[in-house]
Amino acid sequence: MPDAGDLARLKSALHAPVGHDSAPRHVSGEALYIDDIPEPPGLTHIAVGQSQRAHARVVRLDLAAVRAAPGVVAVLTPSDVPGKNDISPFAGDDPMFAEGVVSFVGQPLFAVVGETLPKARAAAALAVVEYEDLTALTTIAAARGADASIEPLQTMTLGDARAAIAAAPHSVEGRLGVGGQEHFYLEGQVALVVPGEGGDLHVWTSTQHPSETQHVIARTLGCPDAAITVEVRRMGGGFGGKETQSVQWAAMAALAAVKTRRPAKIRLDRDDDMVMTGKRHDFEIGWQVGFDGEGRLAGAAFDFASRCGFSADLSHAINDRAMFHADNAYCLQAAEIVSRRLRTHTVSNTAFRGFGGPQGMMAIERALDAAAWSLGKDPLDVRLANLYGVSGDQTPYGQVVTDSVAFELMTELAGSCGYRARRAAIAAENAKPGHLKRGLALTPVKFGISFTTKHLNQAGALVHLYTDGSILLNHGGTEMGQGLNIKVAQVVADAFQVPLDVVRITSTRTDKVPNTSATAASSGSDLNGMAALVACEQIKDRLAAFAREAFGVEPVYTLEGVRLGERVLSLKDFANQAYLERISLSAAGYYRTPDIHYDRAAHKGRPFYYYAYGAACSEVVVDTLTGENRVLRVDILHDVGRSLNPAIDLGQIEGGFIQGMGWLTTEELVFDAQGRLCTHAPSTYKIPTAGDRPPVFNVAIWERGENREATIHRSKAVGEPPLMLAISVFSALTDAVAAVGGHAVVPTLDAPATPEAILKAVNDVRARTGDA
Amino acid sequence: MGRPIRFLLDGEVRELPADIDPTLTVLNLLRYHLRRTGTKEGCAEGDCGACTVVLGEPADGGVRFRAVNACILFAPMLDGKALFTVESLGREGALHPVQRAMVDAHGSQCGFCTPGFVMSLYAAQRSGAPTDPDSLKDALAGNLCRCTGYGPILAAGAAMGADPQGADLPALAEALAAIRPRESLAVEHKGRRFLAPRSADELAAALEAHPDAVVLAGGTDVGLWVTKQHRELATLVSLNEAADLNAIDDLGGAIRIGAGVRYADAHPALAALHPAFDGLLRRLGGLQVRNLGTVCGNIANGSPIGDMPPALIAAGATLVLRKGATRRELPLEAYFLAYGKQDRQPGEFVEAVIVPKPAADRVFHLAKLSKRFDQDISAVCLGLSVGLDGGRVTDARIAFGGMAATPKRAAAVEAALVGKPWTRKAVAAAVAALVHDFTPIDDMRASAAYRLEAARNLIVRACLETTGEPTLRAAEAVAI
Repeated sequence: MPDAGDLARLKSALHAPVGHDSAPRHVSGEALYIDDIPEPPGLTHIAVGQSQRAHARVVRLDLAAVRAAPGVVAVLTPSDVPGKNDISPFAGDDPMFAEGVVSFVGQPLFAVVGETLPKARAAAALAVVEYEDLTALTTIAAARGADASIEPLQTMTLGDARAAIAAAPHSVEGRLGVGGQEHFYLEGQVALVVPGEGGDLHVWTSTQHPSETQHVIARTLGCPDAAITVEVRRMGGGFGGKETQSVQWAAMAALAAVKTRRPAKIRLDRDDDMVMTGKRHDFEIGWQVGFDGEGRLAGAAFDFASRCGFSADLSHAINDRAMFHADNAYCLQAAEIVSRRLRTHTVSNTAFRGFGGPQGMMAIERALDAAAWSLGKDPLDVRLANLYGVSGDQTPYGQVVTDSVAFELMTELAGSCGYRARRAAIAAENAKPGHLKRGLALTPVKFGISFTTKHLNQAGALVHLYTDGSILLNHGGTEMGQGLNIKVAQVVADAFQVPLDVVRITSTRTDKVPNTSATAASSGSDLNGMAALVACEQIKDRLAAFAREAFGVEPVYTLEGVRLGERVLSLKDFANQAYLERISLSAAGYYRTPDIHYDRAAHKGRPFYYYAYGAACSEVVVDTLTGENRVLRVDILHDVGRSLNPAIDLGQIEGGFIQGMGWLTTEELVFDAQGRLCTHAPSTYKIPTAGDRPPVFNVAIWERGENREATIHRSKAVGEPPLMLAISVFSALTDAVAAVGGHAVVPTLDAPATPEAILKAVNDVRARTGDA
Repeated sequence: MGRPIRFLLDGEVRELPADIDPTLTVLNLLRYHLRRTGTKEGCAEGDCGACTVVLGEPADGGVRFRAVNACILFAPMLDGKALFTVESLGREGALHPVQRAMVDAHGSQCGFCTPGFVMSLYAAQRSGAPTDPDSLKDALAGNLCRCTGYGPILAAGAAMGADPQGADLPALAEALAAIRPRESLAVEHKGRRFLAPRSADELAAALEAHPDAVVLAGGTDVGLWVTKQHRELATLVSLNEAADLNAIDDLGGAIRIGAGVRYADAHPALAALHPAFDGLLRRLGGLQVRNLGTVCGNIANGSPIGDMPPALIAAGATLVLRKGATRRELPLEAYFLAYGKQDRQPGEFVEAVIVPKPAADRVFHLAKLSKRFDQDISAVCLGLSVGLDGGRVTDARIAFGGMAATPKRAAAVEAALVGKPWTRKAVAAAVAALVHDFTPIDDMRASAAYRLEAARNLIVRACLETTGEPTLRAAEAVAI
């Protein structure tokens, strides 16, 4: 019989705030990250020789001194790559080592395999490289001018937006610059490869995508996928930065292991990591909206230009998602969304929490602020009037929005945070003389859930029930701190009605669950939770057949054990009896998201299974003499459907918000004129600290939330959507700057809103309103 | 070979031979030599706190606990100290109350920064530091977390309770006394040296013998020469063990801060001189930086972006330099000659800085501009001291960091202000002269244009604040 503690743990399994499974090991330092694994004998260490130029022909690469340096075991160059010198996800344009031409500062040219990391690093510095500079396009403007792009311009349309805007009683337009963002996962890129027999390699790496790591290693080595086993226990943060861009380093270590027949480790130090790996795309956005006297949109046009870097990476899908989210939560009525994907001689930009969605949403929020101010209305009223479910349901890509709860979230939040009274008080405060101005904004988030590349929406899981009643869980998702493993374990524990600690969580491995998708697009628990449930149901189906045969009843899984008519057996005894009757107690579950389709050529279809929603209200104060600012209060109401785990979900909401706030305020990537990243360490690149957390920060999960689609226990994805709640901070800062000119003009504030950017925008408002 | 380095780890005496690499970092010692991998490398430059460990050192018969960054702490600096790492606390199944509080509050997500946070909280708990939100934000300002948004970690700090090991303090103090070094430490490794004289006189002698030595104080700058620039330093002379340099003397109307005094220890003394120092020191760096770095080191290295020089120049500080037995004093601003060049001879060292108390009737104002509030290097830092008579400026000392190749006074603005009324209008007119004082540069922290404009406005704001206009800091306390 289970004791009271078991019952308590069991009761808390599903929909309950259970802590992260690794938490006791995190706080004690016992959780192992790649660099903590005891080093195998004979381990070699890798240092990467990097391009010093943004775009140049390599006219001489003399590595003689490198090879001769003490402690050098091998030097790896393109000619050492037995397979294809390409680590790209699909485009074939991303070499492991540059050949002949370098395309960004920091691009790997060669690698040194050394007895120690200091020796490898010292040797790498001895390379003699001569370049012949080529024209380097390092900015959006330069690439746009040269018409350099990774794919043709994409256009998505709904109706005739230009005509609708022209016919509307009012219109406003503007441009908005949106900066990129460094992931700044605390654990940098790292991989450890140990060669086995017959060409087998075991790869421990910090990646969101074990399968792609496996495939790329096989591709570069020219060996079968089956020879490569990739294992991930946990990452020290990912945020999209380890979706594709972890692969290169693991592949380099695999090459080193094959060349030297010794284990190899690669661990990028912080500066190298920041220089050599891609970031969130920065955008330049032109926008125009037409609207009536109430601020109701008649049409909207957006011109997105993003900096993709030197290769495609995932930029096609990222820019597609920017287009999908140009409407955020609003029915645009008519839309023209143009997207330019610019190729530059900078590091290849990549996935980052939100995957283009955050950049996509920025302009419509600026446009609605501008529309409201031009009409003398509260921006909240204009936002409410344009929400899906209020003014329409047609998205620009043809999907009909049937599940919008944005109006409910926004009005509930406006009430609970006292928005109206605070808006009036802030207006009164701003009317007083003084160098401080306050701002307030309440903005929604609607985020489409599914990979927009249809085939990625599949997952597998492996569940073993052992004869002692313990359960081993393995699935294709990876743990990067988001609590995926505990959520899936909750699903499995609930399926068998056992205490959570009966379910053993294990490393993600390509030899257990093959052909997986990246843990990305917020899909981790939706896909893997469902696959694990399917596996559990398969085992339970077999056990049910056995029970009917052996006991003449259907088994019922309960807190006390498995009820078989009058009898109650422990899961151990039940499993053991089934085993003796030769019933398989292991199952591979498989799940694919139903009902989604997309015609990319037409940019029409139903790319998303459902939408996740949220709303945030932020209050800020700005010092108009210096541009310094503080976020004073934030209130959030977020829809996670029926939460699988409210503690984990709250952590995602709060953490996502703060990360988004950093993106839009203090986190500034600065490249110099030669395309070198100047902000390549935390001394110069400033993510939020504890002191940046708003002193008043009320975060709530929407209690009425329930997914209308049949997702895992009616929950909703939560990884990415909360990041975009931080757009409320940017909008509030814009509001404060606009207050300098009595909201008569729209500030030209770009993101990130650093003190310098704010002061520039304040000065611009003063100049345009004659208050210089 | 000399005596070994002796320190306490988990209460046990550990020794490191006198021929270890003198710039081996404590982080690498722990991770790769002692296989204590709970302490993580996040940045190797003292800016993220993932490697935070706690040092206990003897102080007034008790123990002073400090959270420090192991990534830029050289192993010989452990000599005579107690080292605590995350492994010193508890294991899964037997967690320390700080660890328990972190688990209960959901304070970890990816977990990589977590040991560092645990150790910062542990240091706060053992120090008996307050656990109100502002104090905790200060205690954690040097720790970066990219997952949680910090709320659960602050909640853990509020819930962790008092030091459960308070009763062990006398034993720890005794154990530290037992390993108290009796002779100076001299480490030598393949021709590279680390010397730690135990008095100012010994230090002076050591530097005369090794005039090209790098003088090591907290190492928050020198540490990066090793971890970032991968430099091999031939001779390091540490002033950290010279007890007589680790003193703040009240000279009556001024204080004398010795070269070994850490920011954290100077903080209360400077704040007592004038409350403006409190706000500046709070933001100078995270606590780990303030626990190692020294006020005099911030001056001695001549950086144009240190926060102490403009503040201390405004206060009228005097620098004490010593070579052998010879001392000389000079106004602090005279020490900075050009970028990378100071008025310091080979074998000479900064022994102390003397800071007069700003007169009560003067306007004394310090301001720091940076992208982020905490743990950020200033784009512009202002120190301002203005004498007033009948509402008019009688004299002004205005110094800036971040505006030139050295910390520097704004002589033209000072001159333009003298005789003018201390009003917004007059000050705003006078600060136009700043273009004659500075030609700042564009860099990743700010553009030249912003630096000039913001610097002017900081002086105007200093004026506004003396007239009682609300400040950003005050506004922060009140959301509408």
